[in-house]
Amino acid sequence: MPTGFTPVSALIGGALIGLAATWLLATIGRIAGISGILNRAVDTREERGWRLAFLIAMIVAAGAWFALWGASPRSGFPWLALTIAGVLVGAGTRLGNGCTSGHGICGLARLSRRSLWAVLVFMGAGIVTVYVVRHIAGGFA
Amino acid sequence: MNRIVHGAIAGALFGLGLAISGMTTPDKVLNFLDIAGSWDPSLALVMGAALVVSIPGFAWLRRRGRTLGGDALPSPPSDAIDFRLLLGSALFGIGWGLAGYCPGPALASLAHGWSEAVVFVVAMLAGSQLVRIVNRGRR
Repeated sequence: MPTGFTPVSALIGGALIGLAATWLLATIGRIAGISGILNRAVDTREERGWRLAFLIAMIVAAGAWFALWGASPRSGFPWLALTIAGVLVGAGTRLGNGCTSGHGICGLARLSRRSLWAVLVFMGAGIVTVYVVRHIAGGFA
Repeated sequence: MNRIVHGAIAGALFGLGLAISGMTTPDKVLNFLDIAGSWDPSLALVMGAALVVSIPGFAWLRRRGRTLGGDALPSPPSDAIDFRLLLGSALFGIGWGLAGYCPGPALASLAHGWSEAVVFVVAMLAGSQLVRIVNRGRR
């Protein structure tokens, strides 16, 4: 499904994400990596309060935006592919200690070499995967 | 209490940013990764704009050495580039490229009430716990 280039909303949304990460570090000294926040909220009771507050507020705020401006759901995406993808994302971000936010925003923001490698590898793997699925296998649907 | 409020403020800003930017639209994510096909470069601007804000913000806080409330900043994690980092990032990238969801947008998409977001998030939690259990067993 083609999507149009949306530079303005991308820049505004990105700036808000950067502000969120800076806010969390400035106020409570914590890193806004979503996989890390989620994993620790599930694994340990320690500091669960702010982590749950962060995750719930994130879902509610996104929901408020969808309710006001609408969102068009994707349909017909195979559940098996979703399940495999979800397991890979959960396992991979736990093993690699971060995702697009932890490594991609916070890690790069503190100029971490480790995070730069993580970003290059997951971007590269994502690009190769999409290439194989869409241009070699002919897509899912 | 304060920590909960600040966590919620940061989470709300983050969720709003994800929804506005288009990160919660899996087709947009997949098209960003589809450089040989229907490429949509929008998401490069999301990361770019986030870094334009966070790089100076983080640098300022590191120079300060403490939070606005005066608490010490955590020491940065190790900078080791090891096999776990590379394998984990590769697995994550494959899953991201398969479905178009990374952890933040997947959770935020629960707000849609789409069944596919629920399936993805449950599988994501399972994958993460699987690695945790295997890790624990190896120690």
